[in-house]
Amino acid sequence: MNALFDFMDKTIAPLFEKGGKFERLYPLFEAGDTFNRTPGDVTPSAPHVRDSIDQKRLMIFVIYALIPCILFGIWNAGNQFNLANNVANATFTTDMLRGATMVLPIIFVSYAVGGIWEVLFALVRRHEINEGFLVTGMLFPLVLPPTLPLWQVAIGISFGIVIGKEIFGGVGFNILNPALTARAFLFFAFPAQISGDKVWVGTAKTAFENSPIFGTVAENIDGVTMATPLAVAAAAEKGSDAVTALGDAGFTLANMTIGNIPGCIGSTSVIAILLGMGFLILTGIASWRVMLSGILGCVAMGWLFNVLPLDNPFAALPFVYHIVMGGFLFGIVFMATDPVSAAATNTGKCIYGFLIGVLTVLIRVANPAYPEGAMLAILFMNVMAPLIDHFVVQGHIKKRTAYARALNNA
Amino acid sequence: MASAAKKLLMDPFSDNNPITIQVLGICSALAVTVKVDTAIVMTLALTAVVSLSNFVISLMRNVIPSGIRMIVEMAVIATLVIIADQLLRAFLFDISKQLSVFVGLIITNCIVMGRAEAFALQNPPKDSFLDGLGNGLGYGIVLIAVASIREILGFGKWLGFQLPLGDNFMGNGLVLLAPGAFIILGLLIWGQRTLTKYVED
Repeated sequence: MNALFDFMDKTIAPLFEKGGKFERLYPLFEAGDTFNRTPGDVTPSAPHVRDSIDQKRLMIFVIYALIPCILFGIWNAGNQFNLANNVANATFTTDMLRGATMVLPIIFVSYAVGGIWEVLFALVRRHEINEGFLVTGMLFPLVLPPTLPLWQVAIGISFGIVIGKEIFGGVGFNILNPALTARAFLFFAFPAQISGDKVWVGTAKTAFENSPIFGTVAENIDGVTMATPLAVAAAAEKGSDAVTALGDAGFTLANMTIGNIPGCIGSTSVIAILLGMGFLILTGIASWRVMLSGILGCVAMGWLFNVLPLDNPFAALPFVYHIVMGGFLFGIVFMATDPVSAAATNTGKCIYGFLIGVLTVLIRVANPAYPEGAMLAILFMNVMAPLIDHFVVQGHIKKRTAYARALNNA
Repeated sequence: MASAAKKLLMDPFSDNNPITIQVLGICSALAVTVKVDTAIVMTLALTAVVSLSNFVISLMRNVIPSGIRMIVEMAVIATLVIIADQLLRAFLFDISKQLSVFVGLIITNCIVMGRAEAFALQNPPKDSFLDGLGNGLGYGIVLIAVASIREILGFGKWLGFQLPLGDNFMGNGLVLLAPGAFIILGLLIWGQRTLTKYVED
């Protein structure tokens, strides 16, 4: 091993360093080198805090936290497919296999296309390839419907990486969460493939998808119409009860919590998200303030709609439903806590999270055009986060100045 | 053409473009660029107004009292805009309906007022006319570029003609919205400034 390291450091590394033959390709070498070995850079002057955490570990931990959502998402995509297409002899294994054929290509395209942009910008701008993309490239597929065409995945992630991140200067300078920017782009550019009630459950279109290892598809159907809980609740007629409407469509608190319902790949299961949330909070990777205040905001706004005398069954829906339905919980745990685009001060994080919860429910209930409000709420608060921080800091300075003055006068 | 005159005419196309460098007239650039035909008509209307208003104001530049020069400029511009609007209604009624208020709003277009203030008041009529022409066309070239991208990506057409993009072509809904135009404009500005190495001071 030492011989290999010596070879890397003495023979290979100089080729890529300043003045070397492949100087332009340094970001690629650096990415590969530090991916496999601990980065050689150390802080040159005291004080030091000795800790194994660095940006790479941070990002990898988020991926670990996403594992329950990924695995459940794969199973659920397959299970929904097999149920809707009346697949005979479907088992857990065929569900997983089927789901993998739908979900893995989306993840692969997201990483491959996004990775190309990332490397391109790193080479041209001569900065290092940032680990943040590891998370973006995984979060993006998880908030997509499993039937999304792969070319749309490719343009979506391109937009998210280039417009959402790189034009601002790369990771650390982006105003918006890149994964959500990518989703918002697709949502407005090609709404037919990412919203509505025809996109959540797949059908067999090719011979490969019909092959017997996945179970036998009884008959080929063109498309499956399956509304998400949010769409059902939003469509509940005046004077009716949204809980009954949900129940009639087969949605109960129990199955929305488990997540075996149609929806975006990674965001249907509350249990899987809670597992990730617990891991993120225990390891201290993501801010519990954002998550807690976000859920409080969602509860507060949902409760406000409950008590207001509005003739709207969606508004009368008990607030606990707003937490388990749609992408809110996934968004507040994995997207809103993005350390770059969230508020940076502790007080700011609480305000930021709370307003995301409030806005999510407000958009869901009050705006008939968008059944899901979490994406727009988070993006909107991303934009507002620096402003919130500004006022928090100014308020703090004012308080300290007043205190100092009082001391001087005493 | 004399090099000074050529410079007046050509500068606004790239080095001093009213939209991408001075960042003026953005409002109409977002509003009338969904299709190429409206963008072309808007370009013609604005070019006519800005070159003629520059010409007229430059003729009067020595007799306008400086205290009321803005009002005089507005009167000239407003007259020309109303003429342009009436002409469009008479001869291009359909497109004039699509452009709706935006022809009338040429009055408030910063490019027209800006060229009158910054150029026509200090320069002879011929130069002012050329400056107006150049700025109008420089505005137009960006307008038509944005409109081309929007119409092609959004409808699969250019100037109303169906492009051979195949049956699988899917219109991009975002570019048809105003934010889409803003993003396209931003990308154009990015591209231009990368090529010309222009840096904002």
